[in-house]
Parts: sequence; structure tokens; C-alpha cells
Amino acid sequence: MIQTTTAETLFGKALNWTIATAMETDPNVFIIGEDIGQFGGAFGITKGLVEKFGKPRVLDTPISEAGLVGVGVGAAMMGMRPIVEIQFSDFLVNAMDQIVNQAAKVHFMFGGNVNVPIVIRTPFGGGVGLAAQHSQSLEAWFYHVPGLKVVAPSTPDDARGLLFASIDDPNPVIFFEHKLLYSVKGPMHESIERIPLGKAVVRRPGKDATVVSYSFAMHKTLEAAEKLAASGIDLEVIDLRTLYPLDIGTVIASVERTGRLAVSHEAVVRGGIGGDIIAQVCGSKAFSKLKGPVLRIGAKESPVPYSPPLESYVLPSVEHIESELRAWLK
Amino acid sequence: MKTEVLLARFKMMLLMRRFDETVDRLYAAGKLYGTIHLYIGQEAIGAGICGELQHGDVIASTHRGHGHNVAMGSDPGAMMAELLGRVTGLCHGFGGSMHIADQKLGNLGANGIVGGGVPLATGAALSFKIRELPYVAVSFMGDGAPNEGCVHESLNIAAIWKLPIVFVIENNQYGMSAPVKDTYAIERLSERAVAYGMPGESIDGQDIFKVVEAARRAIDRARSGGGPTLLEMITYRYKGHSRNDPARYRPAGELDAWKARDPIEIVRARLLQDGASEARLAEITAEAEAAITAAVAFGEAGPFPDPKDVLPKVYA
Ligand SMILES: Cc1ncc(C[n+]2csc(CCOP(=O)(O)OP(=O)(O)O)c2C)c(N)n1
Repeated sequence: MIQTTTAETLFGKALNWTIATAMETDPNVFIIGEDIGQFGGAFGITKGLVEKFGKPRVLDTPISEAGLVGVGVGAAMMGMRPIVEIQFSDFLVNAMDQIVNQAAKVHFMFGGNVNVPIVIRTPFGGGVGLAAQHSQSLEAWFYHVPGLKVVAPSTPDDARGLLFASIDDPNPVIFFEHKLLYSVKGPMHESIERIPLGKAVVRRPGKDATVVSYSFAMHKTLEAAEKLAASGIDLEVIDLRTLYPLDIGTVIASVERTGRLAVSHEAVVRGGIGGDIIAQVCGSKAFSKLKGPVLRIGAKESPVPYSPPLESYVLPSVEHIESELRAWLK
Repeated sequence: MKTEVLLARFKMMLLMRRFDETVDRLYAAGKLYGTIHLYIGQEAIGAGICGELQHGDVIASTHRGHGHNVAMGSDPGAMMAELLGRVTGLCHGFGGSMHIADQKLGNLGANGIVGGGVPLATGAALSFKIRELPYVAVSFMGDGAPNEGCVHESLNIAAIWKLPIVFVIENNQYGMSAPVKDTYAIERLSERAVAYGMPGESIDGQDIFKVVEAARRAIDRARSGGGPTLLEMITYRYKGHSRNDPARYRPAGELDAWKARDPIEIVRARLLQDGASEARLAEITAEAEAAITAAVAFGEAGPFPDPKDVLPKVYA
């Protein structure tokens, strides 16, 4: 069954292929969510699954996020491997009790007697005009909670390998998919090989500074780095892929080489994952190698507004990332 | 209903429909950003209920909020400007379609979170009770919303405290792609009222006369201290859930069967029967059309908001 053909695949298609393959190989895997059946999900990620696997394993639910996450947690406690789709990550908030007080706590508070191998997949981020309640980047909230793992891939092949690994994982995993990634194309190995959670990759080696990013912001950051390369600035760009467990080792090793550290994400800077990465690097042996102040790039500290010029002002663009980095390196 | 009142409702419903038909066209022409949820087919409900409200009463709207805005008297030009992202819009371009509302007219807001407005309306009703004001809140929701936890909690709170509120479920048969029969094990959604200890009624939402009768009963009850009522309005949305939804999940013929009982045509037929002339109806139709044409012109003439105004708006 292991195949290793590599084809240019859309990020969204890679997720669909991975879910289908996981359901084929493990009868404990099932998927539940709003409009995921015949409709194929709000972003089309579950297209064709109900036709293939039938209703008991592809479950359209009422609009009841707390309930549907909770039933996923209960099924996971029985040894099933539910994949829960939350239509927009903003609605994770409706299910917060089940995620934070139940899913994240069960294994620990029952002394390790039981696991919660659930994956909650959810689109996040802005850039498509959906305004304040449908555009948020709330990953730091989940990163903050011991007991949860948080994944945020940026390429089709990573989506594949990390989703397989997330489904295998005995812990609850929040799997963030930036809405603008669904139409990003890249190579995908049709292989069931896992990409271990907690391993970052260097997307662009460079010597002048380390820039840490993830998800769709990584693509913008890479683009900014290429633009800066034209003016002789050579940046190393690290794609975290998994936010928790955080591969701080790769970041520290890079900062030891470059002597500079910036983080770049779409979430607002305040209380974000970037700040935690910086704290960890400053607390490490790489601190003595830092040649100057660190930099956090993110959205302006505002909800995401609707009107196009306002939205593009609030969210970090390639030009914004580029100019922040340029000013910082001056 | 007196003929003059009915003529006003007729115009209100035409405004709702022309507004959303125009929005649909602007969307197809690539002039709008984000997404839209059209109210076409449900006009008798917004017009029938909001038309019974008095100054000081409030509503909480849903993601499908254009019709409720028109019914509460929002300026169509400022509505169109909002959808076009202009500073002249009802929310100065910050909100867009899913958050459109004129709070000065008693609309607590369109809401992007299904069920999110129901506790807000309940809180507004509580404020009337505490301040001993004679006002009523109306909480609009779709058929998907009553399955959210916060809606159950709000209905119970409103019932135990006898709050002056009317809960209105606009059962347009689908929550995005989910047919009502797949999301409820009960036949009529108003049956839920029993569990909270409040009256519940299911009403033909295509027929404004039935809507108005039920609304009057529920509003009077709320205003006189009798507490909340749950109304299920049975209706149909003519379009897909939002932009890009061709509504393939609907069985063939279903839409046409509902269109045969179009809420605007029902009012037109009654007006003619009551002696209004075709000429008068044509005149009102032309007025509504002109208002929407002017709304588009106003919307398109407005400037985009200035990004420097974003951060100062984050906190009051
Ligand atoms: C809490 C929450 N869950 C899911 C959604 C996505 N969503 C928006 S509208 C909608 C369907 C709502 O159906 P219904 O309440 O029947 O209202 P209708 O669209 O039919 O007017 C869904 C699932 C949301 N906006 N908020």
C-alpha cells in the first residue's frame, strides 16, 4: 500500500487524500463536523468521503461545536480516532470547555489511565474579507494549554505527513489550516510515512539572521526573504510546522549561527507564540550569540476589519514583513 | 391590517428583496468582498415582526441580517456602503455583511456566530426588566442556532426570569447544507418551548398575516410581563447558504414549490383584493427600485476608510 509517487498537489487535496487513506487503513478513524458530508465541508476538504465510507464514519452534525468536540473526546476515550472538523477556528471558542477542560485534562487527571487521541482540524486566519468573527489566529491560546498539541503545516506534503502523525498521536491535537493555504500547490508523496510532530525545517538557509515562522505566514516570510536577498541580506527561514511540541533546538542552533532572531506570524504579536520562542532562545546558550534586539512581526493588535484597505493594514503583508526586517537589520 | 399599513409592509418587503437581488448581482460582478447571506424568500418574517415593534424595542439579528436591517429602518445606502467596505457604511466598513447593523434603530447587530445574538437579546430584555422599561427584545435565529448550547441557556434564563423577549426561529429548512430533518429529532421546532416552560407556536412564515398575528400575541405577552415566547416561522431561502453555494443538496422542484407561495406575492394579492390599484402597487415597486439604485450610487460614491482609524477603534 505504501506508494511514494510525488505529484504537485493542492494543500486541500493533500488533506483529503490523507483523511481518506487514514480511514481506509484504520477502522477506528472517523470524521465529524458541520456540512462535511455531501457538501464536502465549507472548504471542500472532505469531498467524496461520505460516498466512500458511508454515514456512520462521515458524520454531518448539527451546529453544536461544544457537543461535537465533546462526543469526539468521548469516542477517543473509547479508543477511536476521531477527526473533528470545526468549520472556522473562531468556533473553537464555542467548544473551549470540551477542548481545554476535557480533552486536555483527561489523560492527566485520571493518572494516565486513558488517552484522548482526537484531531481537531480547523481553518484559521484572514485575508478573504470575512471580518472579525471569521478571520482570527488563536493558536497561542491552545499552545498555552498543557495537554494539547498544536500543528500548523505550510505545505501539502507536510499537511499529509503531519496529519497522519496527528491521527496516530495518543493526545488531543489542534490542527490549524490557514484558509489561504488550501489553494497552495506543492509536491506531495503519496506515502503513509509520518512526519514526526515537533520537528521544524529550515526552508531557506542563510547567515545574516534567523526568522521563525509557520503556516501561511511562512510563505509570505520566505517571499520577503527572497526580496531581501536581492539587496544582499541573507536570511535563514525556519518553518516550525508543529507549534507544540516546539522544536526550539532547531531555532537555537540557527540563532547560534546567525546571531539574530525574528519571529513572523499572522497572529497578533501580544501574547503570541513568537514571544515564547524569543523567551526560550534568550534563556538558552544562544543568548550570548545575539548581536542585537530581537523582532516580532505579526498582525496589528486589532480584530480583523472587513473593508479591504483596513484588512490589509491589520494583517502582515509580504511588503510589511520585508520592511520590518529591513529596518531591523539596518 | 389596514391597507396603508399593508402597503408600507409591501414596500418594506420589496426593499428587502431588491436590496438582496442587487447585492447578489454586485457579488457576481466582483464588486463585493468576503461573503453574503441573502434573505430572499423570508421577507414576511422580518417585515411582519419588526413592523410590530415600537420605538425602544430591540432585535438581535443573525448572519443573514440584511432583511432585518431593512425592517428596522436602516438606510439602504449606508447598508450598501457597508457591504462595499466604505467609511459611509453602517459600521464604517469595519463589519461588512455579517456584522451590519444600525444600533441607533434598535438593532443589536448582525452576528457571524450562529446563536451568538440570542444571549445578547436576552440580556437586552433583562435590562428592560431591571430598568422597568416597557420594551421588548426580539431574538432572530435560524434553524441551526437552537442546537447551540448558548441558545438553550438563554431560553431557560428568559423563562425563569420572565424576561420581555420573543425568540424567533426562521426555519428556512437548511442550516448551510444540513436539512432540518437531519438536525432535529422533533417535528416542529416550537416543541422545544415545552422544555423551558414557555409557549411555543409554529407559523406559516410565508404569510405575513399569520406572522403578524403570532408576533402580536408574543409581543403583547412579553410587554405585559408574561415572559418569553418561542415562535417557529416556517419558510424557505431561495438562494444557497452564501455566495458560491449552488445549493445542490436541495431536491429538484423544492424551490419552485416554495416560490408558488412567495411572501411578496401573497401581500400583493391581498392588496389587490382589498382594492389597491395595480397602478399604486407599480408606483410602490418603482419607489423601492429607485431607492435601491440610489443606495448603490451612494455606496459606490463613498470613500474607503482610512487604516489609521483602525487601532483607535479597538478600545472604547
Ligand atoms: C458557532 C458557529 N458555527 C458555525 C458557523 C458557520 N455557519 C454560519 S451560518 C451556518 C448555518 C446557519 O444555519 P441557520 O441557523 O439555519 O441559519 P440560516 O443560514 O439558514 O439562515 C453555519 C453552519 C458559524 N457562523 N457559527
